[in-house]
Amino acid sequence: MTKEFTCIVCPNGCQITAQWDGSRVGEISGALCPRGAAYVSQELTAPKRNIATSVRVQGGVLPLASVRLTAPIPKEAIFPALQQIQQLTLTAPVEAGTVILRGLLGYDSDVIVTRGCEKA
Amino acid sequence: MKQPKQIDAVIVGGGPAGLAAAVALFDHGIENIIILEREAQLGGILRQCIHDGFGLTRFSQTLSGPEYAQRFIDAVEKRRIPYLLKASVLEVSADKTVTAATRDGLMQWKAGAVILTMGCRERTRGALAIPGDRPAGVFTAGVVQAYINLYNRMPGKEVVILGSGDIGMIMARRLTLEGAHVLGVFEVQPYPSGLPRNIQQCLLDFDIPLHLSHTVTQIHGKSRLTGVTISQVDDKMQPIPGTETFYPCDTLVLSVGLIPENELTIDAGAVLDSRTKGADVDENYQTSVPGIFAAGNVLHVHDLVDFVSLEAERLAASVAVYLREHQLPCCPIPVIPGDGIGHVIPQHISGQRDVSLSLRVNRPFENAAIVVRQQGRALCRKPLRKIAPAQMLELTVKAQQIAPEQALEVSVE
Ligand SMILES: Cc1cc2nc3c(=O)[nH]c(=O)nc-3n(C[C@H](O)[C@H](O)[C@H](O)COP(=O)(O)OP(=O)(O)OC[C@H]3O[C@@H](n4cnc5c(N)ncnc54)[C@H](O)[C@@H]3O)c2cc1C
Ligand code: SF4
Repeated sequence: MTKEFTCIVCPNGCQITAQWDGSRVGEISGALCPRGAAYVSQELTAPKRNIATSVRVQGGVLPLASVRLTAPIPKEAIFPALQQIQQLTLTAPVEAGTVILRGLLGYDSDVIVTRGCEKA
Repeated sequence: MKQPKQIDAVIVGGGPAGLAAAVALFDHGIENIIILEREAQLGGILRQCIHDGFGLTRFSQTLSGPEYAQRFIDAVEKRRIPYLLKASVLEVSADKTVTAATRDGLMQWKAGAVILTMGCRERTRGALAIPGDRPAGVFTAGVVQAYINLYNRMPGKEVVILGSGDIGMIMARRLTLEGAHVLGVFEVQPYPSGLPRNIQQCLLDFDIPLHLSHTVTQIHGKSRLTGVTISQVDDKMQPIPGTETFYPCDTLVLSVGLIPENELTIDAGAVLDSRTKGADVDENYQTSVPGIFAAGNVLHVHDLVDFVSLEAERLAASVAVYLREHQLPCCPIPVIPGDGIGHVIPQHISGQRDVSLSLRVNRPFENAAIVVRQQGRALCRKPLRKIAPAQMLELTVKAQQIAPEQALEVSVE
């Protein structure tokens, strides 16, 4: 079976065509670099995504700090992960780079602050 | 007002372009400089772009907007480059006097060079002229981004997005992640205006439909938006009667393009390019006013901040030469966008050195090539499997290829 993908690894967004027999990835064409093939195999077997969201901050100049994951998690875990992250509350000051949750939902991925928040 | 301060360079705007220009200037030995920023923080629009995907080409890793900006803010701090926040530049004159409203009142600088990095702003509903009342609930994508990512406020629950620009698609995903229901993204053009990767990761991943050749033809609601009428458009982008569909919604997000913020540029007397809506510049990023330079989104709208930083660094290298030698090589050779090309930067070159052209196509192409010619002779050719207007392209033309005095024409073949 021939499958079509848009690689999301970099802004080139290559259109990749891959052969797939239901369990193994065959010939791949259209990728400008080797990361495309790795992306396609992941999409066909266990698609993963990173997410960015915000966490509430108390006593800060802004009500939020922004966060992302240090590694992508399975696509189907996105909404459960968000629920868990939204339950967190931080107290200002919060510094960018701080890990606020390790091993999100048991995956090898941490929640890290990308934009901190100073004390009001 | 006090006497103007003498200074080597004033940088107007502390977004990624201004920050990169300041750091590079300093590293070229030009240290008597200042960055003027009207907001309370440095970083520009990146502060509210919390999604990842920044810095892939520059740092070989994918960062969020604030993290990308922070790397440059740290570089500014490390060099102790002076900056002034809440300082809004009101005027840049052709003799390079810069006037700003600051917390200490009006201040003036007499600069050797002025660097314009004011970024861009979003097109609003006014620019579109959609009929209907003006109820609450109609926002631009950037405003929604600021509401959600900076102020913790959701604009609404049932959302229609007009325009398939990258910011609109990114907000479609963001709104969905935060619990809103995005009914669809509607694009008047027959092709998407954002990057393919965003169609995949922001729309398809969340089953958000993308309708091409569709637009909003009526806005409903008195005090709050109650819905929009969407119509299909023909190949001249005119609504087709009988295709109207009503979508009940409380929020309409406009992602219909960015316009460079050039009031200061115009007042300084610099010539603008009607295609980019930014200044007409030479290969040194110098505008038609000697000593005034421009880079970043104020020059032409970029989709990738990595290119913004690179452009600002190239600008800084030229500004350093200008400040030392009080002039730059003359750039008499025009660069003209030909068939299939939306715009090209720079608009003039010297022909004396290798030059990097930034451009966009004006419609999608497949299996085509971007070709640069001088009187029919091809100087350089970049074949591409797929090219969309959403992608800014760069290509380099070697000095030894360029003949003097003839215009360069860039086209898609
Ligand atoms: C809403 C929005 C969302 C975007 N999202 C993305 C994205 O997700 N990914 C991406 O790669 N690109 C995105 N972009 C494009 C992004 O703007 C550029 O990549 C990059 O930020 C441009 O850098 P810049 O320095 O040219 O402009 P900006 O980041 O806009 O910085 C310009 C700075 O100049 C300041 N300024 C303006 N006028 C004055 C004045 N008169 N006096 C003093 N200061 C002034 C502004 O306050 C601002 O801080 C987005 C753009 C917008 C408008
Ligand atoms: S295949 Fe390589 S070049 Fe193409 S989009 Fe993926 S990462 Fe980018």
